[in-house]
Amino acid sequence: MSDPVAPKRDRPWVFRTYSGHSSARASNALYRNNLGKGQTGLSVAFDLPTQTGFDSDHPLARGEVGKVGVPVSHLDDMALLFEDLPLDRMNTSMTINATAAWMLALYVAAAERSGVDPKLLQGTTQNDIVKEYLSRGTYIFPPGPSMRLISDMVAYSVSAIPKWNPINVCSYHLQEAGATPAQEVAYAMANAIAVLDAVRAREDVPDSSIPQVVGRISFFLNAGIRFVEEICKGRAMTELWDEITRDRYGVEDPKLRRFRYGVQVNSLGLTEAQPENNVIRIVLEALGVTFSKNARCRALQLPAWNEALGLPRPWDQQWSLRIQQILAYETDLLEYDDLFDGSRAVEAQTAELKRAAREELDRVIEMGGAIAAVENAYMKQQLVASHTRRTRAIESGDLTVVGVNAYTEAEESPLTTGGAQSILVVDESAERAQVESLEAFRRRRNDAEVAAALRGLSDALANGDNVVPPSIRAAHAGVTTGEWADALRVVFGEYRAPTGVGVRLAGDLSPETERVRERVRGLSDELGRPIKILVGKPGLDGHSNGAEQIAVKARDVGMEVVYEGIRLTPEEIVQSARDEGVHVIGLSILSGSHGVLVVDVMERLREAGAGDVPVVVGGIIPEVDAQKLRAAGVQRVYTPKDFDLTRIMGEIVDVVAESCAAA
Amino acid sequence: MLDALERNAPFPGAPRVGITGAPGAGKSTLLDALVRGLRATGETVAIAAIDPSSLTTGGALLGDRIRVRSSGRDPGVFIRSMAARDRLGGISDVAWAGVTILAAAFDRVFVETVGVGQSESDIAPLVDTLVYVANPGSGDELQYMKAGLLELPDVFAVSKADLGASADRTASELESARGLVDRAATAWSPPVLRVSARDGTGMAELLAALDAHRRHTLEAGLLEERRRRGARAHVVESLRRRYGSHGLERVGSAPGIDERMSAEPQRTSFAWVEVLSREIEDALRKPA
Ligand code: B12
Ligand SMILES: Nc1nc2c(ncn2[C@@H]2O[C@H](COP(=O)(O)OP(=O)(O)OP(=O)(O)O)[C@@H](O)[C@H]2O)c(=O)[nH]1
Ligand SMILES: [Mg+2]
Repeated sequence: MSDPVAPKRDRPWVFRTYSGHSSARASNALYRNNLGKGQTGLSVAFDLPTQTGFDSDHPLARGEVGKVGVPVSHLDDMALLFEDLPLDRMNTSMTINATAAWMLALYVAAAERSGVDPKLLQGTTQNDIVKEYLSRGTYIFPPGPSMRLISDMVAYSVSAIPKWNPINVCSYHLQEAGATPAQEVAYAMANAIAVLDAVRAREDVPDSSIPQVVGRISFFLNAGIRFVEEICKGRAMTELWDEITRDRYGVEDPKLRRFRYGVQVNSLGLTEAQPENNVIRIVLEALGVTFSKNARCRALQLPAWNEALGLPRPWDQQWSLRIQQILAYETDLLEYDDLFDGSRAVEAQTAELKRAAREELDRVIEMGGAIAAVENAYMKQQLVASHTRRTRAIESGDLTVVGVNAYTEAEESPLTTGGAQSILVVDESAERAQVESLEAFRRRRNDAEVAAALRGLSDALANGDNVVPPSIRAAHAGVTTGEWADALRVVFGEYRAPTGVGVRLAGDLSPETERVRERVRGLSDELGRPIKILVGKPGLDGHSNGAEQIAVKARDVGMEVVYEGIRLTPEEIVQSARDEGVHVIGLSILSGSHGVLVVDVMERLREAGAGDVPVVVGGIIPEVDAQKLRAAGVQRVYTPKDFDLTRIMGEIVDVVAESCAAA
Repeated sequence: MLDALERNAPFPGAPRVGITGAPGAGKSTLLDALVRGLRATGETVAIAAIDPSSLTTGGALLGDRIRVRSSGRDPGVFIRSMAARDRLGGISDVAWAGVTILAAAFDRVFVETVGVGQSESDIAPLVDTLVYVANPGSGDELQYMKAGLLELPDVFAVSKADLGASADRTASELESARGLVDRAATAWSPPVLRVSARDGTGMAELLAALDAHRRHTLEAGLLEERRRRGARAHVVESLRRRYGSHGLERVGSAPGIDERMSAEPQRTSFAWVEVLSREIEDALRKPA
């Protein structure tokens, strides 16, 4: 039987759980709880106001404070978040981008205040703005200034906090927005090149330190359900990065060319229907990024079985952590050398992915690089197109999704009989408490010091000095997240990224779609002009996939579509609806703030005399909330289980027809 | 209603400014900056964003106001996007109707439309001043000159001047090309301005150029003539879209229509479209 002496095992990857909610105190307790269960690294989820540079009491923050992450408005919040955690020994990953320089400054200041040498800090600020424009949506500033912030952080940390990963180039979010593996690879590489080129162009970074800079660039990947292909993707990226860093940046030390990456496995494919199946998907995806030793992730975070229902509870996250622990400690995965070296099938697929990615990467570089391809909408349009192909394939059945478009006969899941109890519901009082503590903080601080620190920050911005040191001073002085971001807004201005929905695509040829087209034509003739729909995304929510796919489909069936992208206020949406004379409004909200925002839009519509324009809503809307929305006058509510876009369009035609008949 | 609006419109009324240029040239961003400047002076502004693109399914995506941020919550700014495709009459009909309505209610009207060759010549006669937004370094300008469209714009605005050298190059290309066009008839030499919505370069100059062109056309009596031509273009192009050149011939084509419209100047273009449509339909029913 088996050898009583334990075989030599590799060290496992870092186990993380992406989490945070309500307040710094509640999140701190959550982190300690998670670490107690065997989690080995932290991954901080910030709330949307913090990510988009607003204090918790800003009007745009209403309904969002502490919802999908932890609010951090100032140094005391940051200190509390890591209270009693050993900052010098923690490996902390922060999903923070537009305000990354500020969160890093707060983290460094918190370390300094507790007597920890910042040089010892280990972890990652995500700090990848390109994928924010393309997918994630929490950008603030235009591309030029944003790249400056990123390169400031790289330049600063390489010398001052040498173990910190100042940027985590993300392809994760691209797959979540519909990217194919080749697009994921190509756009991530184009992005990394844009960052490195920007750093290389700096005068304060000598050419001799470029290899060190390259060595600090880490990546954040996705892993989908086609897990063999994902193994090949990891290998392809490892090889490509090695080639690019050698050829383009002349890095000679192979260790500094090593492709280092963390992973969060795919969530886009996790379903609302038969949600227990998601656990199986997550296991397979986790296997995909750990299987091949030569392309094994350094850190892994897994979503939970109830991903498509709402936020995970501690038990749900624990279940996912156990997947990692079983994989690392019970199986023999870590006892072997690479299992795929020499596999012809894997090598062929790896080569093919590299070829396709190179081709797309060359196209982007030809265009002027990642930033140019953000601004001219090329990459975003390609992602929208890929996602449209995916949604069409699910609709047609060409892509099987068990429980969704196949094998839909099922027993009731005992996991969901609890209804609203099967997800985490953030206590509504958290926002008020956070606002009160922010007000108390403002009273405590020295206003003159704050003003001086903000002046120092503005001067540095204007002079082109590195933004990190004055931000650390501002953190100590008691500047808040909103104040820091406002200082930058004044100098940099704000930005809206292209929506990508203008992409030219061949129409869907299914007979069902053609039937809806005919109905749209018929009703448009009756109305005297084409059916016009406004697709709106109110609030800070950046989940644009659903709105984009609805917009693309509505155009495909012959409607006139007004879609203006993410992060609009209810006022802006109502003004558009009225000016544009739309027949129907479709709101898409996935961040959980539908309760406040939908009602706000409807009230303003009534005030504007447009109360008769019908409203439909889609997103992550628990059934209890859907009932409330319908009672408030919303005509239809859609959730992820409604994958059939053609059917949705048919129903929107019904809604318009009913409202015209009523008028 | 349109008929009454056109008949009762005071002359010269609200300035009607067309903004055209290649896709992505920076038209909307520029408009946003312009609007912000105008709002600061208290002027109310309307924008008609016209999408001339055609899709086989007839659907359209109108997201143009996305970058026009100053509009949020400001009732002094009105933005309406319109799809020209598949509407009877096409861009001329949509734009003329839009401009007529908006000019009755706002201090200034802008029409944004993507320049795809045909649309510039469609839009040019319908506005008082046409601004061409040139995308620096994109090569669109050469296309543009080749297409013989250089005589249409009244103002050239090379966008994204903050990008530096490429904007300078495009500006000098346009300057030399501009010299080749004979402008004797209007005695107006279109300025070539370098502008940036990002850093504000040239924005004041652009507004000044719009005003200068307006003064010039008013003083030289060109504006009235231009509006008359606009009305005629509206009629001719709308009919052409509906009935084709073949149908248009039945009412004497452009020269014939010109003549009849000059003979009865009190009748509005909207009324003419109706009258002539009926005539064409009658004529088409009879075998030729
Ligand atoms: C993809 C995804 C992302 C992508 C988004 C990419 C993009 N550009 O859209 C990325 C990775 C960027 C992302 C980020 C975040 N995400 Co996310 N994400 C998802 C995920 C996995 C899928 C959503 C999706 O795109 N589905 C595909 C589209 C086509 O489906 P859909 O939007 O549901 O739309 C369908 C219907 O709902 C309906 N519909 C939707 N809108 C409309 C509108 C109209 C008019 C109509 C008629 C119909 C309709 O029709 C569509 C057709 O099927 C969901 C979980 C899940 N599986 O649903 C979490 C989820 C929405 N995310 C969540 C969170 C918390 C976040 C973050 C806020 C985390 C953080 N703290 O930073 C960030 C920040 C994002 C931001 N800026 O707001 C939570 C929200 C929790 C809540 N509501 O309580 C979810 C539910 C995951 C979870 N369980 O925690 N996410
Ligand atoms: N650097 C720089 N970029 C600009 C400026 N103005 C616009 N842009 C960028 O150019 C791109 C296109 O801008 P838009 O204003 O949408 O251009 P448009 O001509 O309205 O585009 P379409 O309506 O799609 O034809 C966007 O990425 C803008 O951010 C500018 O002044 N400077
Ligand atoms: Mg535009």
